[in-house]
Amino acid sequence: MAETSFLNPFKAIKYLFEKPKTLCYPFELKEPAARYRGFHVNDWETCTGCGNCADICPNQAINMVKIAELASRPQEGIKNERPQLDYGRCCFCGLCVDICPPGSLSLTRDYFHIHFNTDTFTFIPKDEKNDKDSFVSDQDYSVLKASLSHRKKNYKGFSPELQYALFETDRVEMPQVKAEKRKLSFIEQVIGYDKDEAIKEAARCLGCKLCEEACPAHLKISDYIQAIAEDMPAESLKTIFEDNPIPAICGRICMKYCEDACSLRIRGDALAIRWLKRYASDAIKDYKKALELKPGEKTGKTVAVIGAGPSGLSLAYFLRLKGHNVVVYDALSGGGGTLRTGPPTYRLPLKSIDKDVNYIASLGVNFKFNTQVGKDIAFHALLKKYDAVFLGIGTMVSFSTRVKNSDKCLLALDFLKENKVGKQKKIGKNVIVIGGGNVAMDVARESIRLQHMQYPKQKVMTKTVSLEDWDALPACVEEVEEAKEEGIQFNPAWGPKEVVLDDKGRIKGLECKKVKSVFNEKGQFAPTFYEDQTQFLEGDMIIEAIGQRPDFSFLGKLADQIAFTKRRKVKVDKHGMTSIPKVFAGGDIVNINLDAVTAIADAKVAAEGIDQYLSK
Amino acid sequence: MRELELYFGPQHLGMVGNFSITLKVEGDRIKKADANPGYLHRGFEKLMECRTWMQNFPLVCRINVVEPDHIELIYAMGVEKLSGIEVPLRGKFIRSIYCELARVGSHLFGLWAYSNMLGFDTVAQWAMYHRDLVLDLFEELTGARVYHIYLRPGGVRRDFPQGFEDKMIHTLHSIGGKVPDYNATFFENRLFEKRAKGVGTLTRENAVKWGAVGHAMRATGMQYDIRKIEPYAAYDQVEWDVPTRQDGDAYSRLLAIRDEMIESVHMIFKLIDKMPRKGDVCTKTPNPLKWKIPAGDAYVRCESSRGELGLYIVSDGGDKPYRVHFRTPSYSHGLTILEKVLVGESIADVGNIMISLYVVAPEIDR
Repeated sequence: MAETSFLNPFKAIKYLFEKPKTLCYPFELKEPAARYRGFHVNDWETCTGCGNCADICPNQAINMVKIAELASRPQEGIKNERPQLDYGRCCFCGLCVDICPPGSLSLTRDYFHIHFNTDTFTFIPKDEKNDKDSFVSDQDYSVLKASLSHRKKNYKGFSPELQYALFETDRVEMPQVKAEKRKLSFIEQVIGYDKDEAIKEAARCLGCKLCEEACPAHLKISDYIQAIAEDMPAESLKTIFEDNPIPAICGRICMKYCEDACSLRIRGDALAIRWLKRYASDAIKDYKKALELKPGEKTGKTVAVIGAGPSGLSLAYFLRLKGHNVVVYDALSGGGGTLRTGPPTYRLPLKSIDKDVNYIASLGVNFKFNTQVGKDIAFHALLKKYDAVFLGIGTMVSFSTRVKNSDKCLLALDFLKENKVGKQKKIGKNVIVIGGGNVAMDVARESIRLQHMQYPKQKVMTKTVSLEDWDALPACVEEVEEAKEEGIQFNPAWGPKEVVLDDKGRIKGLECKKVKSVFNEKGQFAPTFYEDQTQFLEGDMIIEAIGQRPDFSFLGKLADQIAFTKRRKVKVDKHGMTSIPKVFAGGDIVNINLDAVTAIADAKVAAEGIDQYLSK
Repeated sequence: MRELELYFGPQHLGMVGNFSITLKVEGDRIKKADANPGYLHRGFEKLMECRTWMQNFPLVCRINVVEPDHIELIYAMGVEKLSGIEVPLRGKFIRSIYCELARVGSHLFGLWAYSNMLGFDTVAQWAMYHRDLVLDLFEELTGARVYHIYLRPGGVRRDFPQGFEDKMIHTLHSIGGKVPDYNATFFENRLFEKRAKGVGTLTRENAVKWGAVGHAMRATGMQYDIRKIEPYAAYDQVEWDVPTRQDGDAYSRLLAIRDEMIESVHMIFKLIDKMPRKGDVCTKTPNPLKWKIPAGDAYVRCESSRGELGLYIVSDGGDKPYRVHFRTPSYSHGLTILEKVLVGESIADVGNIMISLYVVAPEIDR
């Protein structure tokens, strides 16, 4: 380099006359960037208390603390816990923001906190909406007072963005038989995950356990999902069997309260917990070998169970593990109860039911099928013979609309039962199903299959009529969607007026009237109609699917002694015992959920109750 | 003359960072130098074994305070190589731009330290101010000024914010506009030449033998740059040069740093021009709470502002690294080379040589 003048460096003198670059704090402030990672703010209304922020925090700066004034709502997947931050540990990396499933946690641009007391650095991030004192408007804000309890309002910095979230929002799609194909036969609609799909889906689970609190039977969901993710289906099944002895059944038809509570559902798809349970049970061909369960030490007591439905099966299993002898009576030729006769084969094939039932039988439970209590054996004889009796009879009698000529209609449960375990019925070409619940969907979808099978390549039609409008259909959304795909026509917000017959006494159709309201002001079921607005639906067969009730006639004289709740359910104490001593009950006759997993939960309670009662 | 033992650092005005050198001097000539690291050992490599793959990001950046970005990058690259994750094209460009910005920021920091050491306080102030402008850009892009934690396996955490390219171009132009002033006051200043020329000379032979990397190697005339040899991110997408110098002394090293900074700014402009306007910036990675990486090991390297940075990473199939080891440039510069180069130099030049070699103490200790 050429020698430069020694005066050259003096060029820097011009900077003497420039404005200083240093900011004169606190009179001159620098606005932090829009993405600045400062203190946390948490929207308490969307926060579920799942604790994933605490799990990912590399510095263990986040603890979940119980907030007394918040209500815990397990069914909605909301815990009354909120994250507490220790700003002595926090490194402001923002991983908590990126993992937060509801997206309630974000960082703000506030970063000043000066205090003599270090305890003030431990802080529960508050929501701007319910902490008006800490979050002040721009006019009231003073940088001299800036602290964790004096912050600017609407000062969001690094915020959650779904696109960059650390969790996987999309569910691994479940392979299903297409509507055009499945409506032609009773082929099982859901094909089931293969190994890779199941592992991939299971790996989405964040392990927050909100689902476990929502599940009536409190299965250890997060543990068995983890086992599937680690490709250990046998381990997974072992965990499931601690709380649920009918996974092949529940893996297909469970009402999946767990998925409604899944924290992933808020901004994505809920984890496919039900399908993963199904995978665990399907992947293990031989339960006995995988589970290595043995009946408990013999107690010498024997319990009679009436009904081999989900509650009866589970009770038998739990009691057997405790060492009691169990005899199960059921009028049907196999186990499953309502599940054997109700859910059509395309949802729940008999072989899946038998897989669970056979395993329970292999533990030494004595099943007496084709034996109806009250007819083949008297109830009081059971009471005399056994140390305790459990009623798991379910609701097996369908209600009728009782409109004019309704005696010509078929009843849902009879229809489903005959088709599944009896002789297949001759179906009409134009079927009307009254009802909008899940049973009505089962009936309608079964009907359209039968129509396609019995009248190939002919024009056939199945329609439903329901009191509720689209937005209030009691059937679950998937069922309605799938029914629509299969070509079922819906007539929501119409009520039956009369069944119209032709001269020969055959069904011609259904006269309907428009629904004004379904419930009265008190929220009770009391439908009202516009009597002048009517429509006539043509049809040659009508099936009523408007609900079902239990039949207690088998109790004989004891029927009067059994106490009921206000909602016409059998009253049981906290051990599952009814008002008749040594008679316990569970399942649809006790709970209002009317599903399998709640029946299992009832059975768990009753099993403990019976065990205690017998060991007295 | 009597031989004297002198402790240079860690509490010494001429020392930058928590590092010490024990000198044996005769008069003011150094007879023997013993580098004495360990004041900043935080056990990062061990700590990383107890944190999940994702949780390690906020940790690794702390290995080097001056320039956390390349440590983040090398760790992300290691995890990607182990798990076979690809980075989308736009993500690669953003990574390159991010790293070049970091190089500019880091070199400016180095320039501050060096000029401060030689007593060029004005230049030091400028360099610090201009580094702050680069930090403003980082704040805009990542939300933090020093520890950016911006990378993630599979790409980057967020796309550019609205109008970021323009802001970046504007800032870099305003820094670039000061290069003549820097030249006049520092790089072409006779005082600097007198202090730096012929000091701490490293021959090309020795540089290779002793494991010199980065600008120390390039100052001896070697065109050795990982970005060219083994292109990563988007370095193979644009044309750029590797600036070299011939003499291998402190003077050449400083000029190499200056040229590199200028080249980086040019490269950023080219990258902005060529980067895809739309597209993903990140490949979705598995659930970080359950992410297990198949057993295996990987060695990855990148060119940090101080030279070749390597990472050896081993997975035993678990959700945490089984072992990580960083091969940091300051390690060979600060221990092997510094000890050898100091022999025969004057005490007054210890800081001069050390900083021209770009020894960053936290990188040596980890």
